[in-house]
Amino acid sequence: MTGPRRPDANDLHALADGQLDPARAAEMTAALAELPEARCVADYQRINTGLHALYDHVLEEPAPERLLNPPRASSWRARWAGAGYAAAALALLVVGATGGWYARDSMIKSRQEQIAMVRPAAIAHIVYAVEKRHPVEVGADEEEHLVRWLSNRLKHQLKVPKLDTIGFKLVGGRLLPGESGTAAQFMYENAQGRRMTLYVRADINGLRETAFRYGDEGGVGVFYWIDGPMGYAITGQFGREELLGIARKVYEQLEG
Amino acid sequence: MADDELKRLVTDQIPHLRRYARALVGERDRADDLVQDSLERAWSRLGLWRRDGNMRAWLFTIMHNLNANAVRQAKRRPRHDPIDETLIMPSTPPNQEQRLELNALSAAIAGLPVDQRAVVLLVGLEQMRYDEVAEILDLPLGTVMSRLHRARERLRRALSGEAVPALRRVK
Repeated sequence: MTGPRRPDANDLHALADGQLDPARAAEMTAALAELPEARCVADYQRINTGLHALYDHVLEEPAPERLLNPPRASSWRARWAGAGYAAAALALLVVGATGGWYARDSMIKSRQEQIAMVRPAAIAHIVYAVEKRHPVEVGADEEEHLVRWLSNRLKHQLKVPKLDTIGFKLVGGRLLPGESGTAAQFMYENAQGRRMTLYVRADINGLRETAFRYGDEGGVGVFYWIDGPMGYAITGQFGREELLGIARKVYEQLEG
Repeated sequence: MADDELKRLVTDQIPHLRRYARALVGERDRADDLVQDSLERAWSRLGLWRRDGNMRAWLFTIMHNLNANAVRQAKRRPRHDPIDETLIMPSTPPNQEQRLELNALSAAIAGLPVDQRAVVLLVGLEQMRYDEVAEILDLPLGTVMSRLHRARERLRRALSGEAVPALRRVK
């Protein structure tokens, strides 16, 4: 058969849901321009938009106390058995007393983290990961110089994770404007040419340290954590689980 | 991973579990009951969770199984009350036409069989990948796609104002 095949129902859904790879999506979009099925894609997207209009407000609702309450001692007893019951009881008491405020506080904190980490990391990824000729300022062939330069500019000794075991090679890095100073981006690429970026800030101020978190900006997923003045974010257009695998590897090397 | 990191992975999903439950079962308190049951089960089994696993998929699987049991025990479809209009609070207030469409959509969702509703919500609302939905619902990918198709075609017809006899619910 010559030319692109006619889209089937699965293609139409996958296109509406953004689950086609970009090349296939472009091919489908072009093919659909001539076809009545284009209407279906528009309708499916309208349904998705409608679902969000109907239910997204639930995300913003403060969760009722009973959901935020710590697990009851009975269900945790097995896990705490070795650790000492008194410690568990104390922890439950503390969490119980602060649970309500904690939830409200956590919502504000997560917005701040969105602005401090998720958004800049996602934007820097979108801007540079598509670059064919100039994806980085300093290439991996000058890795030592790259690390020294960015460490000087961020006034903090940086480490570059080695990700060969999961199939990612360093492409290089660049300096970026941060919120109150400088930030850095390291770019990696796998054998299929798909790119992942590590965004690093060293000027985090006023945000508490976080464990591993997930955020999303404009459909780009970001795993990040904050450790003292340092903030690290891993971004790439991969499935969330795949991205999590990459992020864990980075985390192990930087924090391990 | 430290205990509070693990705990954070769970609590980060609470807003999403609540949104999905609300759309799945309709009424607020019943939806939160389902979330609470799911969380209790998750806390008690957290030690069994694979550290490299997908927390979101795991929690949604727990919720799906609990809801499926509840549906089986009740031997009827879960009641799905129409959304209280005062609860619809999109960032920009909808105009009259949009409001009518949203009400029609809400009613049409409520009229879907629960297994189709689950698929269309996990894909369209929770924006999950098809293979993740298949994992959560423990279904072959082909079944997920055919349920998605049937559900969306029903919703389309409902939105376009066509009569959809199959939509009528057995009370």
